[in-house]
Amino acid sequence: MSADPVVSTVNLVKIYQSGGVPVPAVRGVDLRVESGEFVAIMGPSGSGKSTLVHMLGGLDARTSGEIWLDGRRADTLGESAWALLRRQKIGFVFQFFNLIANMTVADNVELPALLAGASPREARERRERLLGALGLTGRADAAPAQLAGGEQQRVALARALANKPSLLLADEPTGNLDSRNTRDVLKLLADVHRDGQTIILVTHDARVASLADRVVSLLDGQIVDDGVVGTFRRRPKGTAGDVVELRG
Amino acid sequence: MRPFLLALLAKEPAHGYELKQALEQIFGSAYPSPNIGQIYVTLGRLEKDGLVRAVDVEQSNRPNKKVYYLTAAGRDALDAWADEPAEGPRVRDEFFMKLVLAPMTGIADRMTLINRQRRHYIALMRDLNELSERTDPGDRVALLLIEGAMLHLQADLDWLDRCQEDLS
Repeated sequence: MSADPVVSTVNLVKIYQSGGVPVPAVRGVDLRVESGEFVAIMGPSGSGKSTLVHMLGGLDARTSGEIWLDGRRADTLGESAWALLRRQKIGFVFQFFNLIANMTVADNVELPALLAGASPREARERRERLLGALGLTGRADAAPAQLAGGEQQRVALARALANKPSLLLADEPTGNLDSRNTRDVLKLLADVHRDGQTIILVTHDARVASLADRVVSLLDGQIVDDGVVGTFRRRPKGTAGDVVELRG
Repeated sequence: MRPFLLALLAKEPAHGYELKQALEQIFGSAYPSPNIGQIYVTLGRLEKDGLVRAVDVEQSNRPNKKVYYLTAAGRDALDAWADEPAEGPRVRDEFFMKLVLAPMTGIADRMTLINRQRRHYIALMRDLNELSERTDPGDRVALLLIEGAMLHLQADLDWLDRCQEDLS
């Protein structure tokens, strides 16, 4: 067993250039995420949370500092090496599902597994299992546009998990969903986390964050708090009536 | 509890125990089960204020029971209650006072206060999530109450972000 964290960053910095003016987005982040951990990243808009997660997935190049994935240095990789690493190790879910419009749901989910080197049979079996678990078996032959928003996000989640990533990155995965669909996506995240999936998720939604093991708060590109999510229990077997008291 | 009892009596006259049962049935788990003694005390006060009238009803083999009726004055009080908007959320709460006062006296740092409060809210949210999963999906009133509590908490968290942005 390797004791390497799934993700580790050292003094990670991102500075954008805006008309020749440097705009710091991430200012020296040290983050360590162990295997099986579910970490939520919160903070006001513009605090650098999306930039941070995009850098972890190689979608945005860092300005300075180090990124280590599964014990291997990743920030020094070129674009094609990053692409390869992403296919093998990283699943991504975005706010706007980014499904491929002219491919069926089934093909959308199988594609990453095929790109990661799975045989067509493996990819199909995995797709069938994932869509089954997400309650989408009946939608396999549909085009993404025929699906409701919540279904599309579940497909996006299935696609992100298709290559058995060691790291699932999510950027506001419920940002575009109503409360019922949010609940479905939350349930899925909780399920895959229970099965040992490492997750780093950017969200402003406290319901989503409260499922995580740890909440990291960013402000102006820096970590201002990093703590384990505890439980608050006035009455362990409380009912909704106790909410009245919670809000006192 | 006064207006709740008036509202139930506007529907139909009832005795104390029936009112307790009605509250439990309507709100399910969304309202803590009221104590019967508390209901009788409240009814007694409403009677004294002329908002309800009690009538003794004879029962065979049992002591008389009191059935309560809404009076015209009670109806007016109920209408006034229904027509008033309810108080909004209290933002100037204990945390706010702490946030403003504690740094002035040097007993606490604002960022520490905000971070601790955020962790507390997130823990509360986790509790509400679990509560919502445990609640019978048919109990719409209870689920709406939980969703309301979640939305309030989210607003509190967004506001903490604002405090942190502005005070740092």
